[in-house]
Amino acid sequence: MADIVIRNVRKSYGKTEVVHGVDLTFEAASFVVILGPSGCGKSTLLRMIAGLEEISSGEIAIAGRVVNKLEPRERGCAMVFQNYALYPHMSVAENIGYALKVAGVPKAERRARVEATATTVGLGDYLDRKPAQLSGGQRQRVAMARAIVREPKVFLFDEPLSNLDAKLRVQMRHEIRRLHQRLGTTSVFVTHDQIEAMTLADTLVVMNQGRVEQVGRPSEVYARPRTLFVAGFIGSPPMNTVPARITAPGVATTAAGWTIEFEAADFRAPFGTDVLVGIRPEHVRIVAHGGHDLPVEFTEEIGTGRLHHGHLAGVPFVVHEEAGPGEARPARLSVQLPASHVHLFDPETGLRLDAAPTGTATRALSAA
Amino acid sequence: MDKRVTFKSLWLAGALIAPQMLLVFVFFYWPASQAFYWAFTTQPPFGGVNEWVGLQNFREIFADRVYWNSVQVSVLFAVASTTLSIVMSLVLAVAVDRQLTGYRTYRFVLFWPYAIAAPAVGLAFRFIFAPQAGFMAALNDAFPGLWNPAVNGGHAMALIVFANSWKMVAYNFIFFLAGLQSIPRSLLEAAAMDGSSVVRRVFDIQLPLLAPTFFFLLVINITETFVDSFGIVDITTGGGPARATDLMVFKIYSDGFKALDYSMAAAQSIVLMTLVVCLTFIQFRFVERKIHYK
Ligand SMILES: Nc1ncnc2c1ncn2[C@@H]1O[C@H](COP(=O)(O)OP(=O)(O)O)[C@@H](O)[C@H]1O
Ligand SMILES: [Mg+2]
Repeated sequence: MADIVIRNVRKSYGKTEVVHGVDLTFEAASFVVILGPSGCGKSTLLRMIAGLEEISSGEIAIAGRVVNKLEPRERGCAMVFQNYALYPHMSVAENIGYALKVAGVPKAERRARVEATATTVGLGDYLDRKPAQLSGGQRQRVAMARAIVREPKVFLFDEPLSNLDAKLRVQMRHEIRRLHQRLGTTSVFVTHDQIEAMTLADTLVVMNQGRVEQVGRPSEVYARPRTLFVAGFIGSPPMNTVPARITAPGVATTAAGWTIEFEAADFRAPFGTDVLVGIRPEHVRIVAHGGHDLPVEFTEEIGTGRLHHGHLAGVPFVVHEEAGPGEARPARLSVQLPASHVHLFDPETGLRLDAAPTGTATRALSAA
Repeated sequence: MDKRVTFKSLWLAGALIAPQMLLVFVFFYWPASQAFYWAFTTQPPFGGVNEWVGLQNFREIFADRVYWNSVQVSVLFAVASTTLSIVMSLVLAVAVDRQLTGYRTYRFVLFWPYAIAAPAVGLAFRFIFAPQAGFMAALNDAFPGLWNPAVNGGHAMALIVFANSWKMVAYNFIFFLAGLQSIPRSLLEAAAMDGSSVVRRVFDIQLPLLAPTFFFLLVINITETFVDSFGIVDITTGGGPARATDLMVFKIYSDGFKALDYSMAAAQSIVLMTLVVCLTFIQFRFVERKIHYK
C-alpha cells in the first residue's frame, strides 16, 4: 500500500507552464479520480507521477519516497494507457508477461502468473492471439492484465475507457471498481467524464487550466462545489447560475425582481453585494401556483423526466422535472428555489461565498 | 480516399506518359534486348554477321574460374557493405529518434551522402584512404604496412565496402528514422513502465517493429551493391589488386569495353539481371506487406 504526496508540482513545456503548482495527498489504498476538461493538465500530472514526464518543480513522493529523479521502472507504478499501447508484435501472453520477463521472473512462474491474471480478466482463451485479433474491449482487458500482473504499488489510468462504446464502458468501469475492491491498490484514474469520475472515486480531484479546483468525496463536491467552474462541470445538466444582489439577510434579488432565499448562516454575503445564485436543475421545485413565473422556451424528454429550458435575468435557466403527470410542453412554469439548495458565488473570483473557507481547494486556489 | 486522376481521353493520357516511356525504352528495353542478342550469339573472328550459339556463352562463363571469383567477391562485398551500412544507419537513426543533442542537424546532414554520385564517392574515398597521402598516410607512418589497398586485396575490399556503406547509410537512415517515428510513443512508454531499459526497448520493441523496414532495406542494399557499385570500384581500385575487388558489374564492364568481348559481357549481364529481377521479386512478394500498429 502506498500513499502519494504531491507538493507544489509545476510543469512547463519551454516557457509555457501547463500545471501551476498542485498540492495533493492521496491516501494509501484509495481510488482517486482526476476530473477535468480536455487540456487541463490531468494527463501531464499523471505522467509526472509515472515518471514519463519530468517534474519542472516541486516534489512527488510515493510511499514516503521522493521519486522526482527515479526512472519509471523504479517507481512501482503500472499504467493503463488510453490507446492501450499493446505491443503489436507480441501475443496476449507475451504482452501480459513482458514486465515479468524484464524483471527476470523464471519462465514457469511467469507462465503461471500470466495465466492466472488472464483468467481473472476473462482472457484465458486468448493467450496466443495478437492484439490485432482482439476487439476493443479485449484489448482493454489485456492492458489491465498487463498492469495487474506486476502487483504494483500504484495503478495509473489515463482515460482508459474513452475508446470503448457506452455499454462496454460501464461494464469495464464496474470491473475496475471491483478490482480495486479486491486488490486495494492505490489507484489514480484520469478522465474527462463526470459520470465515470463520480461513480469510481473515493476522492475526486477537479482540475481546470492546470490548477486544482476542488478535492473531496464525490458527494461533497456535488453538494458543495467550491467554484463556479466545479458547479458548472459536475452535474448534468449543469447548475443554473443567476446574477443577483443581496437585499436583506438571507435574501438575494434578481434584476427581474425574483427574491431568492438562502441559508444565511452558510454564506458570507453582506448586504448590497453582487452574487451569482446557483441552483441545480433537479433542485428547482415546480409548484401549482405561488412560485416565480418562468416562461418555458422548449422542453426535452430525457426518460427519467423532462428538462424545461427558459431564461432568467438574461441567463439560461433549466428546470428538471421528475417523470410524472405534468404537462409535456408547458408554456410557463411556477417555480420555487428551496433555500437549502441555493449556492452563492462571487461573480469576480468564481469562489463559493462560504461562511468559513476551509479545505484543500481553497489553499490550492490561493496558492495559485 | 482515391486521389487518382482519371483521364477521359486516352490520347491525353498517352501523350503524358510518352516521354517517360521513351526514356524507359531507350535506356532500358533497347539495351536489354541488345544484351540478349549478344548473349546468345557470337561474333565471327574476322567479322561478319553474328552466329547463333545458344547457351554456349553461358557455359563458358560458368566454367570460368575468374568469373566465379567475381561472384565470390560480389557476394562478400554485398554482405559486408549491407551489414555495415544497415548497422550504422540503425544506430544513427535510434540516436536521432531519441532526440539526442543536435539531432535536427544530423537528420538533415546525414542524407547528403546519398545525393552524391558513386564515382564522386569513390574519388573522395580514394583521397581519404590513399596510402601515401591523406588520413591513412599518418597511420601508415606510425605502423608501416598497415594500410595499402593498392597491394593488399583485403584492404582494397575494405575500402570499397567503406565507400559504398558510407553512401548507403544516408539512404537507410532516412527509412529507419521514418520507421522509428511511426512507432507510437506510448508503446515505448508502456515498455518503460514495464521496467524495460532504453537499450532493451530498442531490442524488444523498436527493432521487431522495424522488421518490415529492415527487410525492405536489406533487399534494396543488396541490389544496390550489385548494380550501383561500379563507379566506386572504377575510381578507387579498378577491380584490383589481383581481381580482389573485381565485382560482377565491374567485370562486365572490363570484359565488354576493355577486352571487347561483347558476347561474354552480355551473358554476364543477363546473369546479373536475373539476379536483380529475383531480388526485386522477393521485394514485392514478401517484403511489401504492411505493418499495423493498432
Ligand atoms: N509535449 C508537450 N509539449 C507542449 N505542450 C504540451 C505537451 N504535452 C501537453 N502539452 C500541453 O499541456 C496541456 C495539458 O495537456 P494534458 O495534460 O495532455 O491535458 P489533458 O487534461 O487533456 O490530459 C495542454 O494544453 C497541452 O497542449
Ligand atoms: Mg489526457
